[in-house]
Amino acid sequence: MSEPLLKVRGLKIEGRSDETWNPIINGVDMDLNKGEVIGLIGESGAGKSTIGLASMGFTRDGVRISEGSVVFDGVDLVTASAADKRALLGKRIAYVAQSAAASFNPAHKLIDQHTEGPVQHSVSNKAESQEDGIELYRRLRLPNPEEIGFRYPHQVSGGQLQRAMTAMAMACRPDLIIFDEPTTALDVTTQIEVLASIRDIVEQFDTAAIYITHDLAVVAQMADKIKVLLKGDEVEEADTRTMLANPTQDYTKSLWAVRSFERPAKPSVVTGSTPIVSVKNVTAAYGTVDVLHDVSFDIHAGRTVAVVGESGSGKSTTARCITGLLPPRKGYIEFEGVQMPLDYRRRDKNQLRQAQMIYQMADTALNPRKTIGETIGRPVEFYLGLKGKEKRAKVDALLDEIELEPTEYFNRLPSELSGGQKQRIGIARALAAEPKFIICDEVTSALDQLVAEGILKLLAKLQDQLGLSYMFITHDLATVKSISDEVVVMKDGVVVEQGEKADMFTPPHHPYTDLLLSSVPEMDPDWLDNLLEQRGVDNIGDAAVDKM
Amino acid sequence: MSGLLRIIVQRLLLGLVTLFVVSIIIFVAVNALPGDFAEAILGQGATEEAVTAIREQLGLNQNAFTRYATWLGGAVRGDLGVPLSQALFAGNFGTTATGTDVITVVDQIIPRLKNTLFLAGVSAAIAVPLAVTLGVLTALYRNSAFDKAMNVSTLSAISSPEFFIAYILILFLAVLNPVFPSLSNIFPGMEFSERLNRTMLPALTLTLAVTAQMMRMTRAAIINLLASPYIEMARLKGLSPMRVIVKHALPNALAPIITVIALNLAFLVTGVVVVEVVFVYPGIGQLFVDSVKIRDIPVVQACCLIFAAVYILLNLTADILSIISNPRLRHPK
Amino acid sequence: MTLLYLALFAAVLFGVAYVFRLVGRSATGNAPFFRDMPFGVAYGYMLAAFLLLFGIYYYLKPVDLEGVPQAGVMFFRWAVQGFIMFAAAAFVFRLIFRNVGTEGTKKLFRSMPLTAAFGVMIIIAYAFVSIFAGLIAPYGQEEILGAANIVPGGNPAMGGNPEYPLGTDQIGRDILSRLIYGAQNTVGIAFVTTCLAFFIGGSLGFLAATLGGWLDQLLSRAVDALMAIPALIFALLLITIATAWAGSASWQVTIYMIFIIAIIDSTRVFRLSRAVGLNIVVMDYIEAAKLRGEGLGYLVFREMLPNAYAPLLAEFGLRFCFVFLTIASLSFLGVGIQPPLADWGTMVRDLSQFINFAAFAPNVAVAPLLAAGAIALLTVGVNFVVDWMLHKSSGLKE
Repeated sequence: MSEPLLKVRGLKIEGRSDETWNPIINGVDMDLNKGEVIGLIGESGAGKSTIGLASMGFTRDGVRISEGSVVFDGVDLVTASAADKRALLGKRIAYVAQSAAASFNPAHKLIDQHTEGPVQHSVSNKAESQEDGIELYRRLRLPNPEEIGFRYPHQVSGGQLQRAMTAMAMACRPDLIIFDEPTTALDVTTQIEVLASIRDIVEQFDTAAIYITHDLAVVAQMADKIKVLLKGDEVEEADTRTMLANPTQDYTKSLWAVRSFERPAKPSVVTGSTPIVSVKNVTAAYGTVDVLHDVSFDIHAGRTVAVVGESGSGKSTTARCITGLLPPRKGYIEFEGVQMPLDYRRRDKNQLRQAQMIYQMADTALNPRKTIGETIGRPVEFYLGLKGKEKRAKVDALLDEIELEPTEYFNRLPSELSGGQKQRIGIARALAAEPKFIICDEVTSALDQLVAEGILKLLAKLQDQLGLSYMFITHDLATVKSISDEVVVMKDGVVVEQGEKADMFTPPHHPYTDLLLSSVPEMDPDWLDNLLEQRGVDNIGDAAVDKM
Repeated sequence: MSGLLRIIVQRLLLGLVTLFVVSIIIFVAVNALPGDFAEAILGQGATEEAVTAIREQLGLNQNAFTRYATWLGGAVRGDLGVPLSQALFAGNFGTTATGTDVITVVDQIIPRLKNTLFLAGVSAAIAVPLAVTLGVLTALYRNSAFDKAMNVSTLSAISSPEFFIAYILILFLAVLNPVFPSLSNIFPGMEFSERLNRTMLPALTLTLAVTAQMMRMTRAAIINLLASPYIEMARLKGLSPMRVIVKHALPNALAPIITVIALNLAFLVTGVVVVEVVFVYPGIGQLFVDSVKIRDIPVVQACCLIFAAVYILLNLTADILSIISNPRLRHPK
Repeated sequence: MTLLYLALFAAVLFGVAYVFRLVGRSATGNAPFFRDMPFGVAYGYMLAAFLLLFGIYYYLKPVDLEGVPQAGVMFFRWAVQGFIMFAAAAFVFRLIFRNVGTEGTKKLFRSMPLTAAFGVMIIIAYAFVSIFAGLIAPYGQEEILGAANIVPGGNPAMGGNPEYPLGTDQIGRDILSRLIYGAQNTVGIAFVTTCLAFFIGGSLGFLAATLGGWLDQLLSRAVDALMAIPALIFALLLITIATAWAGSASWQVTIYMIFIIAIIDSTRVFRLSRAVGLNIVVMDYIEAAKLRGEGLGYLVFREMLPNAYAPLLAEFGLRFCFVFLTIASLSFLGVGIQPPLADWGTMVRDLSQFINFAAFAPNVAVAPLLAAGAIALLTVGVNFVVDWMLHKSSGLKE
């Protein structure tokens, strides 16, 4: 094999904060041959995107390459002049950003942005490039390829925009494309379509690619080899199958292990027992538009009910109805067989205490100006009437329960905690009310996998100890598998299917449940191939049309 | 397109309603004068006849609602009443001032309004291109020495009262180096170049005051824009810096820049008052201040209404232009 | 003709810039700095260099030409000296507080740019002067002394008097003392007015944000209507009416003015605190507190307000500048703070005609500029600090 297409050596990158330069990347090497796809994975803060941009010789404001070289086809992009770099960018190296909606200029039509690159780089003229664009749209299985390019970005859905951006990156037939988390912002069912079309087109044109993601299962489908990063350092690199089968480093092993946590099944509910929470035929509306239609389900003592669905399916709205923030238009809520006032303002202290909440974004869930002691102490004082030493003892006990050292954390502010610790404080605040029922709203989706696993284990432990019931709102089916006893699947404000977890994960199920379940990527590198074969390529196209 | 049109019509109606509400506020404020309007104006020494005459003159023997309706009706027809000085004359000499030689408020205001608009126009003609250019330059070369120097100087300019800038300019451009006259005594029938020459110092004062603010806002808008992912995308497509600016930044920068300009022109309206007094420029601002001092209520009321109308109009223009330049609204789904 | 010279100058500079870049490239072996330099930037460098050189040349010109004072050069020198002095003072001030004080303040001063340090220094100095005006000022603010129209500078040869370092005004009051009392009156009144505006606007704004519904609608529409009238114009209108109420008691006008400006300004405070409040209200921790069953008082004072301090403090600075300038303008127009209280706006107006003597007696012209400069200096200082605060808080978000 001759020289690789892209050769990165000793790359060090620094970022500016508080008037000093701090290291972000501490010396990374990377080789990429023509037509090869490398997956960069790591948790947030690993420096994946920074490396991705640096392989184009580009850094964002306040970031600089301090050492090392990025040699693309014989040209060192670190030292090349601005004009030389411009001649390569877009023509031989292209970029696909995470948010297609924000990365298309809202003032121009898609096709005009598509043809801009080829015309500027004198690869072809506008008319030819336009025809080629339509052809690419067709290959990427966009609906109405002849017509869709003549729309403005805001007139096209997210999944379609992401494919249009891939087409734009392909416009000059580059040798290398950098994909920066292209499917992270998409729902699972949309993600499949985009993944399949990206992979096909990269294969068709024999393009080399750097695929950046935090999702192991996704990278397993896309990459020939995988490089694992941690806080700006390379952990290890190997070809995909080897990496999945035998990771050598402990960090990689721990990443892989997350997928295996699953709590044992609990005995099924005794028929005739009163559920802790009953949602009875709830219909709710924002303004005059109904967003929930006749939703009913029960949550029994000591059990976890996972409410699953894609964005806009009405999961969080259901939670708002239960807590009384959004009084239902029809139907009602029962706690232990007693009907609750619909509006939270008309519930008494004891009724409010019954249902507690844990939020998705721990950052906005904790008052940044209150210490941990104050945050947890307030419900202790408010509901249980404890003061002084008794209150302090109770808060300490709660901190012990969430596995944080009381003396160390009592006086800290939320800004001095990590994301996982903040989420634990959120849990402690809910526990302080001594509730029987807790709503967990996407509690792990903002966290890195390892941290998320810790939270799930903690929640499981607390449930066993205290007999809590959980309503677990999530879009992540791996989480559902690991923690739930029952599953409620929602789509467009309607309950599509509900039942015991074991039943839900064994066919046959409702077609939507089927689509949702089968769309969740698995760690098997052959998973996407198998799935596509199973569904048939046309099926995916139909799904795309269906989503419009 | 009909959606866009509907929004614009809505805004126009809203502007009209606001103007109407503002006229009520002004009317109510004026009617909050202690005791009787006429007595308050004339003071304690006034004769009974004089007070009665004023009352009649101003229609004070009618109820508040009728008076408001009369005033508003007049204002719509372009009749803002008679200045108090005229009414006083009538009150003291027992003649009703309805003769042909009566100078109405409108007669007093119109020529001065024209002068003020001329002054504001000259300032805007210098300030807008200057501010936008400098704003774009500082945004492009942000955090450079040039940007930092501009930041300090614009902050200083914003912080200085208009009369401070005015006297500094007088000191350097009129007293030490006699380039422009320090008194702007312009009159009708003057030659344009002479008129421009005499307007220059007040116009420069206003320009300095407005440019600083406008430049900073333009800079902020452009920096905000340059941080957006589609600009990064355009650069990563290997486009030339010029093309990134002209093709990708400018179409989206139009709306914020237009808003900035209109907002600052609205600010100009206020700034005019002090500057006109410093340079004795015969504009509506000076008339306003003089009338405030002698408590010539009809004139004050009328000036206030005109200032508010211009202010509302400019804000409305900013609003509508930014709606028109928003591609999301221009090309609905 | 002037235009022709300007065009010629621009053309020459054009050539110089081209040569500069060319020389730079060959001298440094095509280093990236010169290689990627656009022509416009090279032109900018040359323009800046020219201005700097011209400044130095002008500064070194003689002050006195055959007995005729060169006022232009003198003013330029004063300006440059003043600028350097203030910068040096700010630098020393920052240096001191980087090493003296608690850990918190030391850290604060370490992250502070020079402009912000200058602002803090100015604010402290003004606060000091306005609080202790009675002790510092050599004479009373209304005290009419022996001679009128003594020239500032204290040099008897030029019509000054060392007893009155800044001279006296037309009726013989000491200008320095009046400037010092002016700090108390002008700054004090502006401060009180701003506090009042914040009390009214802030509490209503938070109430509207927390409660929402019809109260929010009512208050917001009312504020929209009030804000449709330009602030200074509305203030002038209301003050006209206030003077009629006050009659001959001129001190009442000052009181009325405080309330009028406070109310007009509270509309702007309302807008901001409502927006800040709305941003906080949507936070999950507020929802958690609501669902806990907390009352309105706890929500506003314990949960929301502590998170609003930073933006409100910055806004307080901006509002203070605005109020301060409005009051100064009103006084300058003769309808603000009423005599005999010493006040900077009034002083500028009273002393303004001295400007015209600048050409042959530069010292004389200084008097009105001092008062106007005193106003500008404080607002510049406050604005520098606010600019830094805003920059810091926006930087944290990124």
